[in-house]
Amino acid sequence: MARRDRLSGNEAVAEALRQINPDVFPAFPITPSTEIPQYFASFVANGKVDTEFIPVESEHSSMSAAIGASAAGARALTATSSCGLAFMWEELYIAASNRLPLALALVNRALSGPININCDHSDSMGARDSGWIQMYAENNQEAYDNMIQAFRISEHKDVKLPIMICQDGFITSHAVENIELLEDEEVRSFVGEYKPENYLLNPECPMSVGPYSVTDYYMEAKRNQAEGMKHAQQVVLDVANEFAGLSGRKYGLFEAYRLEDADRAVVMIGSAAGTTKDAIDRLREKGEKVGLLKIRLYRPFPAEAIAEALKNVKAIAIMDRAEGYSDHGGPLGADVMAALFRAKSTALATNIIYGLGGRDVRVEDMEQVFKDLQTMIVQNDAGDTYRYMGLRE
Amino acid sequence: MSNHTEIRWHGRGGQGAKTAALLLADVAFQTGKYVQGFPEYGPERMGAPITAYNRISDTIIRAHSNIYDPQYVVVVDESLLETVDVTSGLKEDGAILINTERPKEEIIPHLKGYKGAVYTINARKISMAALGKYFPNTPLLAAIVKVAQIMDKDTFLREMRSSFHHKFSNKPEVIEGNMKALEMAFEEVH
Repeated sequence: MARRDRLSGNEAVAEALRQINPDVFPAFPITPSTEIPQYFASFVANGKVDTEFIPVESEHSSMSAAIGASAAGARALTATSSCGLAFMWEELYIAASNRLPLALALVNRALSGPININCDHSDSMGARDSGWIQMYAENNQEAYDNMIQAFRISEHKDVKLPIMICQDGFITSHAVENIELLEDEEVRSFVGEYKPENYLLNPECPMSVGPYSVTDYYMEAKRNQAEGMKHAQQVVLDVANEFAGLSGRKYGLFEAYRLEDADRAVVMIGSAAGTTKDAIDRLREKGEKVGLLKIRLYRPFPAEAIAEALKNVKAIAIMDRAEGYSDHGGPLGADVMAALFRAKSTALATNIIYGLGGRDVRVEDMEQVFKDLQTMIVQNDAGDTYRYMGLRE
Repeated sequence: MSNHTEIRWHGRGGQGAKTAALLLADVAFQTGKYVQGFPEYGPERMGAPITAYNRISDTIIRAHSNIYDPQYVVVVDESLLETVDVTSGLKEDGAILINTERPKEEIIPHLKGYKGAVYTINARKISMAALGKYFPNTPLLAAIVKVAQIMDKDTFLREMRSSFHHKFSNKPEVIEGNMKALEMAFEEVH
């Protein structure tokens, strides 16, 4: 039985974690993710979970403690944002290369500087090559649902990789919205008990974690790690399928919204997708064929499926809520353009940087993007393939 | 978009505008609506101007932008009238609600010619009488529920009592004072 409620995105993730009842949660606070460990600490204090909650002195330590716990055989996670994620950098790679299935509730926030507490994706985009699975949410419901699916994906024997469950700082983390919650027993039986195959605290099978690897073996180790990523797409789909049976809410690698007959499409990640859907509905009422491809799984990147979904589209705007400083676009732009190139797409595509440091995205802004795509079609020219939206001149 | 209400709150950090917006979302949710309540954060410090928003609708809410053309604006601190363009985008068939000790006639000239309805309430007086402390957000919450006709008084007070029992479970002694502030505000807004 679903429970109808209203929660902020941070409350929703904390609620999912209460239901999951993980073994170990080390945490250090940083805006706007602070509320997740804050709410969770009250669950610990009130005996709602039996998690070992470890307040540490930095994010370097929170991720280190999560890694230690995971290596020992525990189900562990932490939460952070922005500079907190940057301070975990070294540990992100250690978690992934040791094939530790731990989770990170990431509340996306701009990296300094200038110092800014609001949303963009520069923090997690910087970590896109760290070997973590990355999933993103449009709203509180998706953040909650993704968190519940996280450990099933991460701990799967074919994957065994850490997973980052991302949502937009303040825009969803601090917005109270309607949500449907699952019952505690449903979540517990869906997530199941964690039974690691190999772990440090197993006297029957002594092992070491994180040893030195000479040149002769290092490359094979990295290729093995990539193999886990290769399997993740199918596991994400299988887990989503099972979750749909439980919740009635269907998820894939991405969401295609009114895309089937669209001649123009926006590709984007996160909360602005909801705003874009409103823009699409307005334009559809006027007979314009516009659609959206909203990325849910960003790492691994479902390149073939995305190119397939965009195969009939004439013009595409790929929207990046992070700069890449490549001087030719952002990270999502690079990934989607490469996917289109490999699929021999002839679509006109442009990459738009938007929403940095919390810059607001209005329905009208997205209507303008679709208008610009129409201009590209009429002129049969993509024009500037690296642009900014909503920038003051 | 039938029956879709948008409200913008202007306050100063520490006055509870964000809390009021979240409480409004909470109470509207209890009546079966789709709701959104969210703050817009600038520099986080006491006294700095802050904005908070509500969307309340019969249909699912997907937009995650700020609100630029609200039906209603609530001004928690009248000193903001001099520094913030509080009527920006405010619909003329909507209304503005201002917390002030001054008579309405003295306030209207500061509203840049806004032609819609103007409501005032002395939240300080109510809060001091009901709670003995100055918390402007509780009276303003009741006032905007009445002005925007979000729900009737009895339903509102019933839902708020249950919400306070949840929110103040550790300090039940403040519940009656808050309830009194809500009731007084419902009567005194004009």
